[in-house]
Amino acid sequence: MHNKSVAELTRELESGKISSVELTREFLDRIKTEDQQYNSFITVTEDQAMADAKSADEQRAAGKASVWTGVPFAHKDIFCTNGVATTAGSKMLANFVPPYDSTVTANFRAAGAVCLGKTNMDEFAMGSSNESSFFGPVTNPWGLSAGEKRVPGGSSGGSAAAIAARLVPAATATDTGGSIRQPAALCGITGLKPTYGRVSRYGIIAFASSLDQGGTMARTAEDNALMLNVMAGFDPKDSTSANQAVPDYTATLNEPLKGLRVGLPKEYFSDQLSPAMEQQIRNAVKEYEKLGATVKEVSLPHAKLAIAAYYVIAPAEASANLSRFDGVRYGYRCESPQDLNDLYTRTRAEGFGDEVKRRILVGTYALSAGYFDAYYLKAQKVRRLIQQDFINAFKEVDVLMSPVSPSPAFVQGANTNDPVTMYLEDIFTIAVNLAGVPAMSVPAGFVDGLPVGLQIIGNYFEEARLLNAAHQFQQVTDWHQKLPQ
Amino acid sequence: MQWDIVIGLEIHVQLATKTKIFSGSSTAFGAEPNTQASAVDLAMPGTLPVPNEQAFRYAVMFGLAVNAEIGRRSVFDRKNYFYPDLPKGYQTTQLDHPIVGPGFVDIDLANGSSKRVRIHHAHLEEDAGKSLHEDFHGMTGIDLNRAGTPLIEIVTEPDMNSAEEAVAFAKKLHSLVSSIGICDGDMSQGSLRFDVNISLKPKGSDELGTRTETKNLNSFRFMEQAIAHEVERQMDILEDGGRIIQETRLYNGERDESRSMRSKEEANDYRYFPCPDLLPVVIDDAFIESARDLLPELPDERKARFMEQYSLNDYDARLLSDDAKLSAFFEAVAEHGKDAKLAANWVLGEFSARLNAEDKSVAQAPISGEQLGQLVARIADNTVSSSGAKKVLEALWNGDGDNADAIIDAQGLKQVSDTGALEAMVDEVLAGMPDQVAQYQQEADPKKQKKMLGGFMGPLMKASKGQGNPKLFNEILVRKLGG
Repeated sequence: MHNKSVAELTRELESGKISSVELTREFLDRIKTEDQQYNSFITVTEDQAMADAKSADEQRAAGKASVWTGVPFAHKDIFCTNGVATTAGSKMLANFVPPYDSTVTANFRAAGAVCLGKTNMDEFAMGSSNESSFFGPVTNPWGLSAGEKRVPGGSSGGSAAAIAARLVPAATATDTGGSIRQPAALCGITGLKPTYGRVSRYGIIAFASSLDQGGTMARTAEDNALMLNVMAGFDPKDSTSANQAVPDYTATLNEPLKGLRVGLPKEYFSDQLSPAMEQQIRNAVKEYEKLGATVKEVSLPHAKLAIAAYYVIAPAEASANLSRFDGVRYGYRCESPQDLNDLYTRTRAEGFGDEVKRRILVGTYALSAGYFDAYYLKAQKVRRLIQQDFINAFKEVDVLMSPVSPSPAFVQGANTNDPVTMYLEDIFTIAVNLAGVPAMSVPAGFVDGLPVGLQIIGNYFEEARLLNAAHQFQQVTDWHQKLPQ
Repeated sequence: MQWDIVIGLEIHVQLATKTKIFSGSSTAFGAEPNTQASAVDLAMPGTLPVPNEQAFRYAVMFGLAVNAEIGRRSVFDRKNYFYPDLPKGYQTTQLDHPIVGPGFVDIDLANGSSKRVRIHHAHLEEDAGKSLHEDFHGMTGIDLNRAGTPLIEIVTEPDMNSAEEAVAFAKKLHSLVSSIGICDGDMSQGSLRFDVNISLKPKGSDELGTRTETKNLNSFRFMEQAIAHEVERQMDILEDGGRIIQETRLYNGERDESRSMRSKEEANDYRYFPCPDLLPVVIDDAFIESARDLLPELPDERKARFMEQYSLNDYDARLLSDDAKLSAFFEAVAEHGKDAKLAANWVLGEFSARLNAEDKSVAQAPISGEQLGQLVARIADNTVSSSGAKKVLEALWNGDGDNADAIIDAQGLKQVSDTGALEAMVDEVLAGMPDQVAQYQQEADPKKQKKMLGGFMGPLMKASKGQGNPKLFNEILVRKLGG
């Protein structure tokens, strides 16, 4: 059963071939035996999951089941879960149990899904390798057979690795600069970052508020659509969420792609990309041509400025967002503080890891008197130019296609002492967050036995078109079905 | 050396919304610590602010009341600093795009002149919580009930030149925000808090001196004292050849002392930037008009109406129009008293004197405007003399009867206005005072004559047992003595 998709599991549950209790037991057992090698979970909520599975079976017996009733899945540990520890991968919140649900977790609860636990992540979602987690690095299921411990990508590396290892069929994730798409690509699964504002941010522990967006991870595009159906929508608790109608994302999955206009941004097929990676992406684009799409080269002229702008804006917002972790009300507090200053200094020195501190310092600097105009304001101007690039491109084409990452999963520890190289991991994904448009990562081949992801970028609120394009691709390819050995 | 005093004010006004500016928690004062603090107010991870529409409406009402431009695109910024009663580690406030732009308030001064004080802007922001340093044995308690209470911070131009002007402005502002209903006006609970910026410059100089800011004055008396204290402090320094340091000072009203809180060098770099959790709020014409519809008559409008409708002079009209409750009381007195001028005299005279003596507000007065109005009507139609009326008011005030007519009857205060009876009394008294009558008739100066009439009035009032109508007595006397 653990190889089945959410859509397939729903049918199994509907047919009565298996109960949610049996299904949940099977996945929990797999986590117990397999996850020692991946470390993809921070918290496993076994008792709660079994109780939820039992009540899901009762719901189904009473004829009150929906698609998700009784289906196991997991949440990235950045979504607040009422009564269940929510750590954001940080020592700062290792002891934090929220007394409230995020809107996303509440939606899944209402849909009857069975949450098995909380997945590992880079600390406060800051990282591209899942090595900055206080709870230890996550290991990519791919490459293990060759005796190599590779990173799963980040920051949603726990969710991606757990799905690739068949510990859960689906998991929530968040994406601030590539944190859904890059781990999805490196772990050979399918992930979607929706339009900024499509999914409520209420109860998602903030990294960079103007960029953070909750999204979906699963093996198939269809499962991503099923997840987005639960997650998308206006939320009065998040004033940046979009008050715009939500379609049924599964309804258009089977639309033919004939006439789909595909643009290839020339800036994303640059020197940074290895020839082997580029070949896989171009092969995938050929599949689309076979499906009836037309392909042309387009330009995102300001794309090269995206990383620089992002590493001003995101740390600036983070420096303020993380000020609340001061040891006063909740979370980590240093032992016997001498005075207020000592409380703040030691709590934050001891509670945050290096990457988080680095970004707080960068953000604080960028906002300081005398530097604000040169950094923050300039970065905001660049951001508007990047948005305009996408608006212009979507006047010519329906979707953009590119690689997700410059290379496949790298070995753990390879980039830990080189933050800039690590930041370049997100060179193809970051502009999308700055513009706020939706984008997916779809499995599209292998290089040296490691998965490669195709990025499909859409216009604002055109998630349905992306899911349709990804689903049709998955009808004629089987990259998303490959199993790590 | 002669100095010009230059004063600008920053005023924090707590808006009287039921809930907080970014959460649904109650803003009621006085609850048990931390019982009115939600996950949002506690800055729990992942929580987000949702703007309270009513706070915007109140801020726009204020803007309209001070003749200000309304900011059509209102943006919130984060002001970053660490303090235990600031849960998020930043205050959500407005820097470059405040909701209220430039406006003005006209104040009336004791010498009868008036002065325009310009408003630089007013912005919306959230209040912090409270740090409690007592009762925790060397520790600090944090109460977040107040955290997130909506404030408008009003910043004036440095247009005031004396403590009198600053206090007159403060009082006018207090009366304004109370009368339009956006603030409960309770200064003892911190609903209005004043920061005073003061500098001195050589008389007539165009160049402003270095200023200090004295923070958190929450009574008009302390404000007046603090200004006097700071002006003297600065004058002493300057006259000794010293320099004023730009700094924030705290004033202790009990001891009439001030001390430096922090200098400019020690000031925080607040690292303001636009709050990414809140989109810019667009204020459209319809919203502004709906706020305008909620505005009651403003004191300046009311003053003009009182002068027109009741033929009051400028001075009386101003005194009666500043405070909405006193205005309403006066209008009730005028309605039942028939004579508006007389009503104004009694409200500003006897009635206000009694309130002051007992330190009561209009709302706490033991008599109603209707009751005083009925009494004024009896003065106007000569039923009771003004000295008799004071006795009636005394009785009403003390609850010895609730109706002027009944008290007049019960205490026998009705004036005798029967001319025949009064003439007989005059004849009798004049007959008994022949020397004074002769003196009067020999006096050529009508002013002195008028004065001499008083000498007959005492015996006449005695003869009538205090019930003779003094006005009629006067007329009869003049006629008889002159004839």
